[in-house]
Amino acid sequence: MASLQSLDVRNRSASTAVPPSVRKDLEVAKLIDVSKCIGCKACQSACMAWNDLRPDVGVNSGIYDNPENLGPAAWTVMRYTEHEEAGRLEWLIRKDGCMHCTDPGCLKACPSPGAIVQYANGIVDFVQENCIGCGYCVKGCPFNVPRISKADNRAYKCTLCSDRVAVGQSPACAKACPTGAIVFGSKESMVDHAQGRIKDLQSRGYDKAGLYDPQGVGGTHVMYVLHHADRPELYSGLPNNPEISPMVALWKGALKPLSMIGMGMALLAGLFHFVTKGPNEVTEADEENARKLKGRDAA
Amino acid sequence: MTINRREFFRLGGTAVAGTTASALGFGSLEAVAAEVRPYKLARTTETRNTCPYCSVSCGVIIHTTGDGSKNTKAEIVHVEGDPDHPVNRGSLCPKGAALLDFIRSETRVKQPMHRAAGEAGFKPVSWDFVMERVARLMKDDRDANFKQASDDGKTLNHWPTTGFLAGCATTNETGWLTYKAVRSLGIIALDNQARI
Repeated sequence: MASLQSLDVRNRSASTAVPPSVRKDLEVAKLIDVSKCIGCKACQSACMAWNDLRPDVGVNSGIYDNPENLGPAAWTVMRYTEHEEAGRLEWLIRKDGCMHCTDPGCLKACPSPGAIVQYANGIVDFVQENCIGCGYCVKGCPFNVPRISKADNRAYKCTLCSDRVAVGQSPACAKACPTGAIVFGSKESMVDHAQGRIKDLQSRGYDKAGLYDPQGVGGTHVMYVLHHADRPELYSGLPNNPEISPMVALWKGALKPLSMIGMGMALLAGLFHFVTKGPNEVTEADEENARKLKGRDAA
Repeated sequence: MTINRREFFRLGGTAVAGTTASALGFGSLEAVAAEVRPYKLARTTETRNTCPYCSVSCGVIIHTTGDGSKNTKAEIVHVEGDPDHPVNRGSLCPKGAALLDFIRSETRVKQPMHRAAGEAGFKPVSWDFVMERVARLMKDDRDANFKQASDDGKTLNHWPTTGFLAGCATTNETGWLTYKAVRSLGIIALDNQARI
């Protein structure tokens, strides 16, 4: 059950054949309202409970971030920043995790066919059976999200609970959130919801409040409402204008068709050479000379 | 297996040609279907319950394996907020969201335990033993310390030497019963997280 048919796949790593989209699936999105988050970590608990993940017990590093970073068994982590604005302390708490980009750098960088798929509903999912553990997705991701597991050398990250969404439920984190800071729905309705929140924040003196839906990666299916949308880097280094690294873009973008043409040309040249010159014949004299070479066996 | 130079070049060349051809899109057409993780609650039994942690008493749904048939031993596999519960409407706090580990905790007390005076550790005992022992201790203490009237003759009906800590993750009706039962004994120190 819960199998998504071929037509529901929008994009697939390292594949030339991507099926044409005939049906139009509902594009989903998760909206994280940083101004409503109290940092309780219910989302982290719910994520681990749903996905059957139990990271090893870590150590207290003196900050609230726990675990301290994303990991193969910690797909979402609250990041706490103490920020002073006009003499007032602001506690900016951001739920970090996969942003489910419309133009995913991980998928672009991935060399293994079908290890990363993008569904028509916008979810970018890792298919561990096809993963070769090369780590290119880590380099390709503008948000530094994927992590390679030491147990099976495969890449893991938030799936946006693709298994729940496939049967019409919301992701576990969005369902659990007790303050309603995480909401889930169609991308359109989430943008709508965000506009209401932004208006409210602006009326409370956060005149730079706004939606974080970076266009450098074609927009995302996990969006933030930020009180300081003009300075996203305040929120534990959320990139201001995230883009796929130029190396990945060049290697998998402009260079890929060129190298394909190059390989094709080499094949054709080889064929022409074979037709016009024929195979390289070795005469008996050559063999004789070879045998005479010192220290060489006649093969 | 020994390979000479010429065979090595031949094999290598074939391999390069093969991968190139497949990279150029010649090889077999792969199936591009992708499968998400199978939905793990498809046929679990859902049981409504109340989160045992705090006085907010959020509604939870406990998912157990099997359909309740005679030869199946149910096992709790997942706990999630109850969307129909008016208190939390599906949401939970980090503790409530991690209830599964609370249920499966190795240190969880699953039966009455008793540490007799002078003994080092707890021993499992029967409910009958517990009921009898608690009743005996309550009766003895109440008989010894119950104050029916104050020194100037006013009616008190106080039992000031025993406190009662009640469960909080209960319904209004259970809370009412708790209050009536405990107060009728004369206990003054009655409390739980729900402040009944």
